[in-house]
Amino acid sequence: MDNEKPIVDFSEIRDALGKNFEPVQVMDGQANVVNQAIVSKYSNDQLVDFLKLMIWERTLHQRSNALTRQGRLGFYAPTEGQEASEMGSNSAMKSTDVLMPAYRDIPQLIQHGLPVYKAFLWSRGHVLGNEYPEDLHAMPPQIIIGAQYIQAAGVALGIKKNGTEDKVAYSYTGDGGTSQGDFYEGMNFAGAFQAPAVFIVQNNGYAISVPRRKQTAARTLAQKAVAAGIPSVQVDGMDFLAVHEVTKAAREYAAAGNGPVMIETLTYRFGPHTNAGDDPKRYRTKEEEQPWFDNDPLIRYRKYLTDQGVWSEDLENEYVEQVKADIKAAVKQADEAPKQKMTEFLENVFEEQPQNIQQQITEYQAKESK
Amino acid sequence: MSKKTYIQAITDALRLELGSDEKTLIFGEDVGKNGGVFRATDGLQAEFGEDRVFDTPLAESGIGGLSIGLALEGFRPIPEIQFLGFIFETMDSIAGQMSRERFRTGGTRHMPITIRSPYGGGTHTPEMHADSLEGYLAQIPGLRVVTPSNPYDAKGLLISSIRNNDPVFFLENLKLYRSMKADIPDEAYTVPLDKANVVREGTDISLIAYSAQVNQSLKVAEKLEKEGISVEVVDLRTLSPLDEDTILKSVEKTGRAVAIQEAQRQAGIAANVASLIAEKGALYLSAPVGRVSAPDTVYPFGLAEDDWLPAEDEIEAKTREILNY
Ligand SMILES: Cc1ncc(C[n+]2csc(CCOP(=O)(O)OP(=O)(O)O)c2C)c(N)n1
Ligand SMILES: [Mg+2]
Repeated sequence: MDNEKPIVDFSEIRDALGKNFEPVQVMDGQANVVNQAIVSKYSNDQLVDFLKLMIWERTLHQRSNALTRQGRLGFYAPTEGQEASEMGSNSAMKSTDVLMPAYRDIPQLIQHGLPVYKAFLWSRGHVLGNEYPEDLHAMPPQIIIGAQYIQAAGVALGIKKNGTEDKVAYSYTGDGGTSQGDFYEGMNFAGAFQAPAVFIVQNNGYAISVPRRKQTAARTLAQKAVAAGIPSVQVDGMDFLAVHEVTKAAREYAAAGNGPVMIETLTYRFGPHTNAGDDPKRYRTKEEEQPWFDNDPLIRYRKYLTDQGVWSEDLENEYVEQVKADIKAAVKQADEAPKQKMTEFLENVFEEQPQNIQQQITEYQAKESK
Repeated sequence: MSKKTYIQAITDALRLELGSDEKTLIFGEDVGKNGGVFRATDGLQAEFGEDRVFDTPLAESGIGGLSIGLALEGFRPIPEIQFLGFIFETMDSIAGQMSRERFRTGGTRHMPITIRSPYGGGTHTPEMHADSLEGYLAQIPGLRVVTPSNPYDAKGLLISSIRNNDPVFFLENLKLYRSMKADIPDEAYTVPLDKANVVREGTDISLIAYSAQVNQSLKVAEKLEKEGISVEVVDLRTLSPLDEDTILKSVEKTGRAVAIQEAQRQAGIAANVASLIAEKGALYLSAPVGRVSAPDTVYPFGLAEDDWLPAEDEIEAKTREILNY
């Protein structure tokens, strides 16, 4: 009896799970093109513009780091290492698409239309940083891990119900975020309603100190979409063109009314979790970090364009100086923001002021007029 | 005796309870190798192993549900919710499940769970990291809500909470973590739950506070003493259920009271204190009960935090107003 074969072999089933997910690549770590057809779709100018996006993000990161150290920014979650993942995906979207970001998605928000000085004010903790113009189709960065995903399903369903053509909702979370209930619910709801959403998971290896392998027994994060019945893919998150092409295809698929898509980008957070005291030395080794640093998304892409003769150190320096000047101007503009008033906060609690709020407005008016 | 900060006192309590009760378990986000984002569990995984101190996947509802299941299997879970603002994700396990288990099983099951979580303003954190949400928790039957104002109580109250067989929500004030140091005993000791503490005796007025507001109230008391005003300060320590006897005894003695909280005004702990005094101590009073709190807005953007949080001068002004009523 004991040696009888069980009705199903669960070990075999388990070992097969997620095996069909292989990261999509266009250009490998040594800048060899592995998918020429994709590269050939773009003119040199377009390819250079893509590189500029990554250089812009890297420069923004470096300046933000410095500004944080000087006490001129507040909360900052470093983006270094994630340029291909963030700019590659965001550049595949349209400005009319709705972005539901998290705290590490500030560069995408800015490229989607958020003025840099507002991003800085958000970091410092000023309401002006969250006051978005009507034509900026985005919400302020989400702090509660996962909340943006289920809301994105709602936005996508709204787009569908409104019958808006060629428009999607897109949202980002991290590897850690894929453990939240909201993450599964977001994908499942969007799938159940066949709503036009693109879910992007930036797998940067860590949720603060917790490595990806401790988040789940699943071989890939991409396979989490399988149970929701929505298509998903893993992509080399250090390969700008691969991320861009995959996201573009996902967007087209969703916008055409086929339902949602999920993308897992394989990337790495080069720096600490945030600039508020996290120390990666406590939970990861130099030996682990180095190969990822060598796999810097800018290195391979810059090398390719330099080899093609369309990019140079001089061009890069000139561009970086221009970006730095823009950032400097944004800091100045942020510095000019007026002091926030308690009375204004109180006025934004309800549309019609109940008694308690009216009383408190009166109290603070007295204080503010002193 | 050793000089310990508030957070070191907490680590101390956790280490002692891990050592003395093999059924205790610590888990949560980043509590293992990283020792918690504030280092409250620093070194505990190295000392007690990953079986006893471990990271969970990133899901607060998971942490809450896991605690309930582990308690059913005979463990004494001490989960950490990284910031109090993240409890909404796990409110069902707290309010809908663990605090009801003893009751709904007719006393045949119990939930010896102590949820630790940092809270409180003044450290310029992003959204949802500084909110004082104790008012939400205080209305849950079957759940104790405990919060220390100093290192001695932090250790003793945490040990009592862990040893208690019912769920305790243990709130740790972020701003006090490293700003307070005191000599505390090295060995395990307990501070009773459900008991407020008169931290300063006085005869003219009672300031009834908890957590960081106790320290602000003590400063006001010292200041007014120079003018010959004798202020009593009561530290609630357990916010739910309230220690009615200590509060009423103090008000009976002084005849005047101000209830103080950092949270928004409506439906908070200070309102509970004021209603208790109105209900059972009205005849002791020579003036209405004063209340100091934040206004009824969402916790504000970081740059405006200091204007929003109840400040020492607001406590002082309210104290004078009630004294001169
Ligand atoms: C609901 C909730 N739980 C916990 C946190 C605290 N926290 C902030 S970021 C983070 C890790 C997130 O990791 P991941 O999803 O991988 O994103 P990454 O930070 O790597 O971009 C944690 C635990 C939070 N902000 N919200
Ligand atoms: Mg991550």
